[in-house]
Amino acid sequence: MFDYIEKNLLSAIADMSGIPETGAFNIRKNGGGVARSSTETVTIEPKTDKQGIDIKVKPFSKADNVHIPVIVTESGVSDRVYNDFYIGEGAEVRIVAGCGIHNDGNCDSRHEGIHRFFIGKNAKVTYVEKHYGDGEGTGARVLNPVTEVYMEEGAECEMETVQIKGVDSTARTSTAHLGKNAKLIITERLMTHGAQYARSDMVIELDGEDASAQIISRSVAKDTSEQIFYPRAVGNNRCRAHVQCDSIIMDSAKIRSIPEIAANHPDAQIVHEAAIGKINSDQLTKLCTLGLTPDEAEGVIIEGFLN
Amino acid sequence: MLELRNVSFSVGGKDGLDIIDDVSLTINDGEFLVVTGPNGGGKSTLARLIMGIEQPTGGQILLNGQDITALSVTERAKIGVGYAFQQPPRFKGLTVRRLLELAAGSTLPEDECCSYLTNVGLCSKDYLNREIDASLSGGEVKRIEIASLMARELKLAIFDEPEAGIDLWSFAMLVDTFKTLSRRRHDSVIIISHQERIMQLADNIAVIANGKLKSLGPKDEIFPNLMKELSADCGFRGGK
Repeated sequence: MFDYIEKNLLSAIADMSGIPETGAFNIRKNGGGVARSSTETVTIEPKTDKQGIDIKVKPFSKADNVHIPVIVTESGVSDRVYNDFYIGEGAEVRIVAGCGIHNDGNCDSRHEGIHRFFIGKNAKVTYVEKHYGDGEGTGARVLNPVTEVYMEEGAECEMETVQIKGVDSTARTSTAHLGKNAKLIITERLMTHGAQYARSDMVIELDGEDASAQIISRSVAKDTSEQIFYPRAVGNNRCRAHVQCDSIIMDSAKIRSIPEIAANHPDAQIVHEAAIGKINSDQLTKLCTLGLTPDEAEGVIIEGFLN
Repeated sequence: MLELRNVSFSVGGKDGLDIIDDVSLTINDGEFLVVTGPNGGGKSTLARLIMGIEQPTGGQILLNGQDITALSVTERAKIGVGYAFQQPPRFKGLTVRRLLELAAGSTLPEDECCSYLTNVGLCSKDYLNREIDASLSGGEVKRIEIASLMARELKLAIFDEPEAGIDLWSFAMLVDTFKTLSRRRHDSVIIISHQERIMQLADNIAVIANGKLKSLGPKDEIFPNLMKELSADCGFRGGK
């Protein structure tokens, strides 16, 4: 069903080599669904009014992994998809998303995934999204994800987004609304190289009492690539939030990091920290004293930093 | 065997400052040398010159007869020179286990990693998967640094003030580790130290002050005169 290139993309973004044996899944290729399966606890259905799917997780259920990877292998494909996740009260689920683009042609290939999460009371969601690009063509590989998260009382959500290689341009927009006692953790890991461009805008609204959010961004910018981070945490009630942006800058890259915090309530506690710096020469020297070459040492430091 | 022949290191060009001034010494296989002397005297610089982190402005460094003066840090590490930093750097995301494996040059079984950590007084199961970042105290990072050198089989191991920042309780264990483990795994050992108990482990003691080798000889000869020798330098002592 999948050729070598497609299997390679699926493995890079979702740790899978073909159709999963268990769990619900939806695999999308070059702008159309190619395989889909629901389970007793998770139903996946196509939308009738536009491209995309509705994923519904039964209340109080514990679901296996849900895989919803997207791959683009034809040059010039422009794919926009609307996926809505409805996580029932008290349910627990792990969703593995991700998009891989292989572009051997001269036209730009583009995927825009617009994801909305409606997370019920006390439900727990883990969401992993990996972006990856390869191929020899001059056409750009473009990914512009939009994520909206709505969390009810006591809901927990852990989001991990990773973009390590091969995406020429990405603009990520994320928003979240947290209800009472809701807890959100976002970990963003990014490496850009060549002339790549990446921007991440985030607005986290802590609306409910005792909501908490932690945003961790780690990035490495190489060559002439450019990165912009603009995470904002807004405390509208008694709440806690911590925003942390940490970047390694190399070669002639550029990084802007603008963490913003706002309190609209006297009991909102919000902290931000941001740092941009080169790899510390002591770190390189230390690893060289263990027998690594300077290049190998740099690789180990970056791998650890983004891990 | 390590041989320093008239090694000098100065900064600031022709009329610059001599940090190390014409030091010659030999450390034989199986020898345990403690280098001591006042702060700022050039001890750490000497260690960095031997490791290749700094290049001497004069003289030669030989390891088992091979001139290693022009070799890079990596090349020296590969032929068996190791150096435990006085102030080890921290690494976000790098785990203790990964560092030990990088040091050993291969993946290590868990119990072997654990034994290196136990030898420096760390409870291994708590530390193996921890990152060597700001969450560790100075003393913890220092002990991990020592453990990473113990994980290597070296022709020459250099420890730069291993006792600094380590609590009294762990110190006794550390002295034992140097006495047994380091002697077993490393052909020759140089420890830069001010601690009497570490000096007691030495075969020979070298005193470095103002960039010069002031004295070098068997422990029993050098140690009793050490206080006298160093305190004489300060004009404020003894009511002068």
